[in-house]
Amino acid sequence: MVTAVTSLGRSGLSDWLLQRVSAVVLLAYFILIGWVVASGIDYVGWQALFATAWMRVFTLLAVLSLAAHAWIGMWSVLTDYLTERLMGTKGNVLRIGLQLCISLLLFIYVIWGVQILWGN
Amino acid sequence: MLQVSIYRFNPETDAEPGMQEFQVDTGGKDVMVLDVLEQIKAEQDSTVTYRRSCREGVCGSDGLNINGKNGLACITPLSEAVRGNKLVIRPLPGLPVIRDLVVDMGLFYQQYEKVQPFLQNNTPAPAIERLQSPEEREKLDGLYECILCACCSTSCPSFWWNPDRFIGPAGLLQAYRFLADSRDTATEERLAKLDDPFSVFRCHGIQNCVNVCPKGLNPTRAIGHIRNMLLSRAA
Repeated sequence: MVTAVTSLGRSGLSDWLLQRVSAVVLLAYFILIGWVVASGIDYVGWQALFATAWMRVFTLLAVLSLAAHAWIGMWSVLTDYLTERLMGTKGNVLRIGLQLCISLLLFIYVIWGVQILWGN
Repeated sequence: MLQVSIYRFNPETDAEPGMQEFQVDTGGKDVMVLDVLEQIKAEQDSTVTYRRSCREGVCGSDGLNINGKNGLACITPLSEAVRGNKLVIRPLPGLPVIRDLVVDMGLFYQQYEKVQPFLQNNTPAPAIERLQSPEEREKLDGLYECILCACCSTSCPSFWWNPDRFIGPAGLLQAYRFLADSRDTATEERLAKLDDPFSVFRCHGIQNCVNVCPKGLNPTRAIGHIRNMLLSRAA
């Protein structure tokens, strides 16, 4: 058993499942947005769409899915290339630093997303 | 004349590895890559070093990177490997080179050891063998044939970057071989050891392992079965 403290769910299975589920949510969301845009939409229609509760909830779900998906994906990339085995202690410092930056950025995106959806 | 380029490295004399060129006359015959190596060793340079034993794809000693693709030199014919009259032979990627085409398989075996590749059963032994139905036995087909040549694991990028934490396709194929065995009772203990972000889940399903396996096995499918078992256990 290999331990990993910075992974999102601490377990390979939960990370894997979350990655799959969030991918499906994102696909559904972008198909919807693509369909809305392709079928022709103006500012008033867009406003009306995002005034509905279901669209706001769905968008928030997509934002949260994006955050989880990016966390898990970027964590995988960083633990491939920036490791103690390849770079010594520098690898650990770099990886944890970058992981923190990514987490902070994702946190900002989520809060910002909520503000856009439910703010004025 | 076949142009053969071989990876050379002697830690006692060389500061760094290099490629050495050879011209080989195969007499127009479609021989195996191992035959070309043997011919070079016998006729041109006896210091060319590689592992080989059974020369018929059973022992798994001569896994090499042949024109960019991992395979067993003894069962890879020139007609399959050679492109433009050129043959480039390198050691298996991702493992430390001991000399020329010989790699240190230590990391590979460590991962194999982790999956405890032996039957575990604490129930009292019956007077005869532990019997399996033909259906139960069938589940082991495509799993038990692995010869541990390491062609799959050393073609896997996830194994290149994390050979100390990701078990790799060869180890996971064997992990599933014992998970699927009706005579093994340690299923729960085995699964508990695999449920971390590296051991199994570093596999992203790119199927390089399936592409190179000289025995035509499918480690990616076995890894999928392990995932499903982990999911059913946790769900």
